[in-house]
Amino acid sequence: MSVQVALCQLRPVLGDAAQNLAAHHAWLDRAIEHEAGLAIFPELSLHGYFLRDLTQEVAVPVDHQVVQDLVARSRDCSLVFGFVEESPDHRFYNSVVFAEDGEVKHVHRKVHLPDYGIFEEGRYFAAGNEIGVVQSKHGRFGLLICEDAWHLSTGWLQFVQGADALILPSASPARGVDTEESELSSQASWHTLVAAHALFFQSWVFHCNRVGFEDGAMFWGGSSVLDPFGDRVAHAGQDEELILAKMDTGPLRRARMATPLRRDAKPDLVRREIARLLRDPDALEAGKPDSDAS
Amino acid sequence: MSLPPPPRCQVELAERVLCAFLREETQKVGFQRAVLGLSGGIDSALVVELAARAIGPEQVLAVAMPYRTSHPDSLRLAEESAAHAGVALEVVDISDAADAHMAAVPGLAEDMSELGKLRKGNIMSRTRMITLFDRSARDHALVYGTSNKTELMLGYGTIYGDMASGINPIGDLYKSQVYALSRHLGVPQEIVDRAPSADLWEGQTDEDEIGHSYDTVDAYLHYSIDRRFNRSELIRLGFEPELIDRLQRRVRHNQYKRRPPIIAKLAARTVNLDYRYARDWGV
Repeated sequence: MSVQVALCQLRPVLGDAAQNLAAHHAWLDRAIEHEAGLAIFPELSLHGYFLRDLTQEVAVPVDHQVVQDLVARSRDCSLVFGFVEESPDHRFYNSVVFAEDGEVKHVHRKVHLPDYGIFEEGRYFAAGNEIGVVQSKHGRFGLLICEDAWHLSTGWLQFVQGADALILPSASPARGVDTEESELSSQASWHTLVAAHALFFQSWVFHCNRVGFEDGAMFWGGSSVLDPFGDRVAHAGQDEELILAKMDTGPLRRARMATPLRRDAKPDLVRREIARLLRDPDALEAGKPDSDAS
Repeated sequence: MSLPPPPRCQVELAERVLCAFLREETQKVGFQRAVLGLSGGIDSALVVELAARAIGPEQVLAVAMPYRTSHPDSLRLAEESAAHAGVALEVVDISDAADAHMAAVPGLAEDMSELGKLRKGNIMSRTRMITLFDRSARDHALVYGTSNKTELMLGYGTIYGDMASGINPIGDLYKSQVYALSRHLGVPQEIVDRAPSADLWEGQTDEDEIGHSYDTVDAYLHYSIDRRFNRSELIRLGFEPELIDRLQRRVRHNQYKRRPPIIAKLAARTVNLDYRYARDWGV
């Protein structure tokens, strides 16, 4: 099985869904011209990132016409895009849709909302609480949005659910020129992260970051595709750019033969150990209420 | 004990990010042109180089605004810097305008006390601001700021004066990083070598006024602000407790200069408190 994947590294306009929707259509036209079977857009590609109070104003439910308009395009090409989702009970999620054959196949709601430094997602968004995978005609995909991927547990959960590829839409702002390296420190961290995901989860990785500025913060682009050995097979620069890579099963098979990490994973051991830790209130440090801060 | 060095600056990266920043944030708000004050010092010399690269030298107007006590080198170096960047220069002598403000306050012109000098310096700085924002309206040009991060952190600038701008490309670069990037962009050597000064009165230099060298201050600010070292870690790095206390006080005391005015909260949604939108939303 083989599919041409397009990463659409665009520059969303803050809070302007109509303009962004038109851009998505134009990028999809280009992707399809290049015979893409799957097109991936960055985090919040329909709405922009530093929305603050606009979050609630731009939010739409999945069945909204703006979303469905793009979903309809998935008859030509499967696609992943991001938007602010409003749930029936009026929570607001940072979500991505996987659409295929004119239908919503899966919605991933961002689980890990960064709320530190330049980020304030916890103020505006509700957190998703599921790390699933989607079975597509092109393979089995795990969707993780930006900060989700910084928690290795998420990728591991998709790894044990049999993901062939991890799709990581992001909106990563540029930070760190106080370095001697040739790239920003935020960019260097991401390169390590995506390579580690590909290598340790033996999956293709499609990282689609956005570009452009919002209130002085630059999103650095640098979208990339990594094969299941952790080698980068395609990458974008810092401007709007469409990059293509062919995903096929050959490298997946070879990587998993060379190092059978997936075969040897022990989810049952992890299940037992997590259950044990959750039973013992003193055993678990992460996520525990901070009762005795020193 | 030797202090850690001031923060590094990856100059190629910084140039790329800052030029993209100026281009996008200028054009996004409907401007093609920019205007900035050129003092003959390194900060504005750096910004004019960035501006010329970002939006094209023909779109940039530099304005030199000498006061009658300004050092003659300042105007000459401003001219040199504008020529180097290839941008047009308008010279506006602010002496009459600033003197009129000073003359309107009995006793101010003759007041040579520290406070008197400060007040007169502020008037000069705000007269320059008025000049720049007038050119901004005249030419439909965005005012580029030239305050660096060291000045912003120390509050070493005049609020609504030299600190006023539309967008500021160098507000996240410490002075030592301004030097590194200026050398990279070929800012004329004489400007790089000159002792930094607000040039508000004769013999004034930044480092005299601040009481420490920029390298020391920048190292302190970088470790304390960006790298979040705590007091005992800073002392272990070699910073004297007195220096830490003095600079920390100064940074805190000047927080008001870095924020818009405080608004008394009455309603459900108050500007900037819980009515929160990116400035880019207004585009």
